[in-house]
Amino acid sequence: MKQKLLLFNDKGIYCPQADVYLDPWRPVKNAIITHGHADHSRWGHQHYITHHMNVPIIKHRLGSIVVTGKEWGETFTINGVKFSLHPAGHIIGSSQVRVEYKGEVWVFTGDYKTEDDGISTPYEAIKCHTLITENTFGLPAFRWLPQAEVMDDINKWWAQNKAEGKTSVLFGYTLGKAQRLLKYLDPHIGPIYTHGAVENMTEVLRTMVDFPATIRITPETKKEAFPGSMVLAPPSAHGTVWIRKMAPYVTASASGWMAFRGARRRRAIDKGFALSDHCDWQGLLESVQATGAERIICTHGYSEIFSAYLREIGYDAVTENTQYQGDEEEPSDAKENEAENPEAL
Amino acid sequence: MRNFAALIKALDSSNKTSVKVDALTEYFRNASDPDKVWTIALLSHRRPPRPVNTTLLRLWASELAHIPLWLFEESYHIVGDLAETIALIIPDAKEHSEKSLSEYVGEMIALKTKSDTEKREYLHENWLMLNYYERFVFTKLITGSFRIGVSQKLMTRALSKAVAIDEDILAYKLMGDWNPKKITFQKLILEEKSQDYLSKPYPFYLAYALESEPENLGDCNDWSIEHKWDGIRSQTIVRNGELYLWSRGEELITDKYPEFQSFLGSIPDGTVIDGEILPYKEGKIGSFSELQTRIGRKALSKALLLKTPVIIKAYDLLEWQGEDLRERPFEERRRLLEQLYDTIKGYGLPLQLSERIELDNWKAVAEERARARELNSEGLMLKRKTSPYLVGRKKGDWWKWKLEPFSIDAVLTYAMRGSGRRATLFTDYTFALWQDKEDGTRELVTFAKAYSGLTDAEFRMVDDFIKKNTLERFGPVRSVTPKLVFEIGFEGIALSSRHKSGIATRFPRILRWRTDKKIEDANTIEDLKSMIPK
Repeated sequence: MKQKLLLFNDKGIYCPQADVYLDPWRPVKNAIITHGHADHSRWGHQHYITHHMNVPIIKHRLGSIVVTGKEWGETFTINGVKFSLHPAGHIIGSSQVRVEYKGEVWVFTGDYKTEDDGISTPYEAIKCHTLITENTFGLPAFRWLPQAEVMDDINKWWAQNKAEGKTSVLFGYTLGKAQRLLKYLDPHIGPIYTHGAVENMTEVLRTMVDFPATIRITPETKKEAFPGSMVLAPPSAHGTVWIRKMAPYVTASASGWMAFRGARRRRAIDKGFALSDHCDWQGLLESVQATGAERIICTHGYSEIFSAYLREIGYDAVTENTQYQGDEEEPSDAKENEAENPEAL
Repeated sequence: MRNFAALIKALDSSNKTSVKVDALTEYFRNASDPDKVWTIALLSHRRPPRPVNTTLLRLWASELAHIPLWLFEESYHIVGDLAETIALIIPDAKEHSEKSLSEYVGEMIALKTKSDTEKREYLHENWLMLNYYERFVFTKLITGSFRIGVSQKLMTRALSKAVAIDEDILAYKLMGDWNPKKITFQKLILEEKSQDYLSKPYPFYLAYALESEPENLGDCNDWSIEHKWDGIRSQTIVRNGELYLWSRGEELITDKYPEFQSFLGSIPDGTVIDGEILPYKEGKIGSFSELQTRIGRKALSKALLLKTPVIIKAYDLLEWQGEDLRERPFEERRRLLEQLYDTIKGYGLPLQLSERIELDNWKAVAEERARARELNSEGLMLKRKTSPYLVGRKKGDWWKWKLEPFSIDAVLTYAMRGSGRRATLFTDYTFALWQDKEDGTRELVTFAKAYSGLTDAEFRMVDDFIKKNTLERFGPVRSVTPKLVFEIGFEGIALSSRHKSGIATRFPRILRWRTDKKIEDANTIEDLKSMIPK
C-alpha cells in the first residue's frame, strides 16, 4: 500500500517521506510551525521552520531555539517533498502548510479565518487534494459579524463606560486578539493601558504593524489614572488581585465563544463581544469548497459534526485526534504563565 | 418588541443587581400599560400557553436556515438553549417589525388554535423580521421557558421604585391567579381592592442554612425546634367557603390534592396555614420520591390517591379569623395553631402538627438532629420564638440545620459536554460503583449523574483528562478510562426499578475530587444499598 503523505501519530502530523512534523505536540527533530500560539508551537524541537514574521513571536515565547524563516509561497524541498507556507489570516505570521509529493498535494490549515483583519496577511485558499482543517467554530450557530461592526460596538462600550467614570477592562488572548483589538481601538476616547503580558507581545509585533500607543501597567501605575481608560488584559487576569486597582471597572471579553450567552455568564463577565480569529461556519464551508479538495480531514473543534455534514454533502471527510485546542476562551494557565515567564524572553 | 428585547439584553448583560434593577425601573417608567402587564407576567412565570411544540419549532427553524435537522439538533445540544439556537442559525433581518410585546403575545395566544401551515408561515415571516436579540426573545416567548436570571423579587423591587408602592404590598398583589390577558395595569398594580385577594397566599418566609454551631445562636430556650420535613412547602387558605392550596413556587396546586377539600367545614373561613405536604401511609411519613409520583401528574387516578396518600404537617398560622398574624411572635402564632388543631384533631383530617421538640440544651438538639433520617426528615428547623413571619429568605430568625448529605466514593465512567455556559467543557459526568459478578470478578455499574460541585479550575483539569482518556464516543457522550474517583453526595436514597443499579439517589452532586483514591478504593453497590433507611 502506498505510504500516506501525512499521517497523525502520537507526536503530531507527520510526513514520513520527509521525516518532518507539522505543529508537533511532542519534541521532534524537524518541526514546521503554523503560528505562535502555544498549542501549535511547543518547546523542545531541534529545528523550527516557520514564516519569518512568526520567528520573533516564537523566539519571544520559546527563548533560544534554532529556527529558519520562510517567505509566503517559498518552496523548500526535503527528501523530494515540496513544502511551502501560505497565509492563514489567523494572527500575524500565521500560515497554512502546503505539502506536495509526486503530484499529490495536501494542505494543513493550522488555525485560520477568512475575514481580512487588516493586520494578519489575509487567508488564501490553496488548491489541494487533501485538506486538513481546523473546526474550532464548526457549527452553524456561529456566524460572525464584520469586524468593523464589532469594533464599533467595542468603542461605543468604552465611550459609555468612560462617560460613567469607569475603566473598561477588555480581555483578549495575549498573542493575536489583543493586538487586533488594539489596532482598532479609538485612541481619541482615552488612554490604552496594557497588562505586562500583552505589552511584551505587542512590543514584539510593533516592528511589523503600526499600533496606537499603549501604556504598560506597572506596580507604580496610579489607580487614579484608570477611570475612563481602556485596559487590555489576558483572560487569566480576570478575577485576580491585579484588576482591583482599576476599580470602578467594567469587564468584557472578545472571543468567538461570546456568541453564546452562556459563555459570557460562565466567566462572570459584564459584556461579551463575538470576535474570533477562527472561521465561522460559512467561512469553513467556503474555504473547503475553494480548495477543491476531495478529501477533508477535520482536526480540532466541532470536527465530528463538521465532518458528518461534509459527508452528507458529498465529501470524503474524516476526523483525526490532535492536541490542538483552538480554544479562544480559556487558554490554559500554562500558556499565560509562559508568556510572563522571564526566562522565556 | 424592540424595547422589551433591549430590556432583556440589558438584564442579560450585567451581573450586578443594581444595574438590573435600574434597567427594569427605567423600562417600567416608559413602557405602555399592556407591555408592563405582560412583562410582570413573564417575569413572574405566567406565560402564554405554548402555541407550537418544540419538535415543530426545530423542524421549521432548520428549514429556514437550510440545514439538516440533525445538524440543528447538534447545535442545540451545544448551545443549550432552543431559542438561542434558533436565533443564532437564522439569518439576520432584512425588514424590521415594530410590533410591541403585547401585540406579539396576543398573536401567540391566537396562534395556538391555527393550523400547522399557518403557524409555520407565521414563524418564518416573523423570524425574518426581527434582529438577533429580538428573535431570541420572540422565540423564548414561543417556547414558554422564559428564564433570564431575574427573580420575581428583583422585578418587584424595580416595579416598586417605578410606581412608588411598597415592595411587600406589590409582592402580595402579584401573587395568586390573575390573568395578564384580561387584567389592566391599573387594576393589577395601582388599584386597591380587597376582594381580589381571596385566593392570595402570603409570600413565604424561607430559612437560611445554619452557618456555624447552634451554640452561637444563644440560649436554646429562645428557640422553637421542629423537624425539617421533606415534601412540598405549602399554604392552605380557607376563605369564603373555598380552599386554596399554594406551593412555595407560588403555584396554585389545589386540584392536585383533592384530599384537603375535607378541611372545609372544619377549618373556619379566614385561616391560612403554612405547612408541608408529605406522603403518609400506615402511620409513617414516606420519602420524597413517593411524593414525586404525584407531582407531575395532570390526571389523578383513584389508584394513585390510594397508593400515595398525603397529609399536611402544619408549621405556622399566618391568618386567623381573617386577621394577618405575620407580625405576631412565632410563639403566639403557634399557640393559636395548636388551639385550632385541638378543635379538629378528632375529625380524622389529613392534617397534623409539625411537633415542637422541647429541649433545653444544644447537645440534646444535636442528638435529635442525628435521628432525622429514621423519621424521614432532612434535619431540624430552628425558629426564634419571638420572630415575626417575614417575606422571602431572611437571615437571623429562622435557620435550617440539615443533616450532612449521604456520601459515597464513585468512579467517573462517562462524560458529556455541558451546555450553555459550559458548552466548551465536559462537565456532565456519570459515576459508577463496584458490583460483584457471578464469576467472582467485579464490574463498575452506573449509579448517578452529577454536574456540579467542582471549581472551574477542577472542571478544566477533569475536562483535560476526559479529552485525553476517551475510550468511545456515543454522540455527545464519551466513555472514559476509569481512573478518577469522586466523593458524591446526595440527599435521599430509595430502591428503584428504573435505575440500572436498582437505587435512586436524590440531588446527587460532587462533594470533592478524591485524588488520593484509586478506583479499587471506590465504594460498592452493596455499600450504597446499606444506606437505605429500613
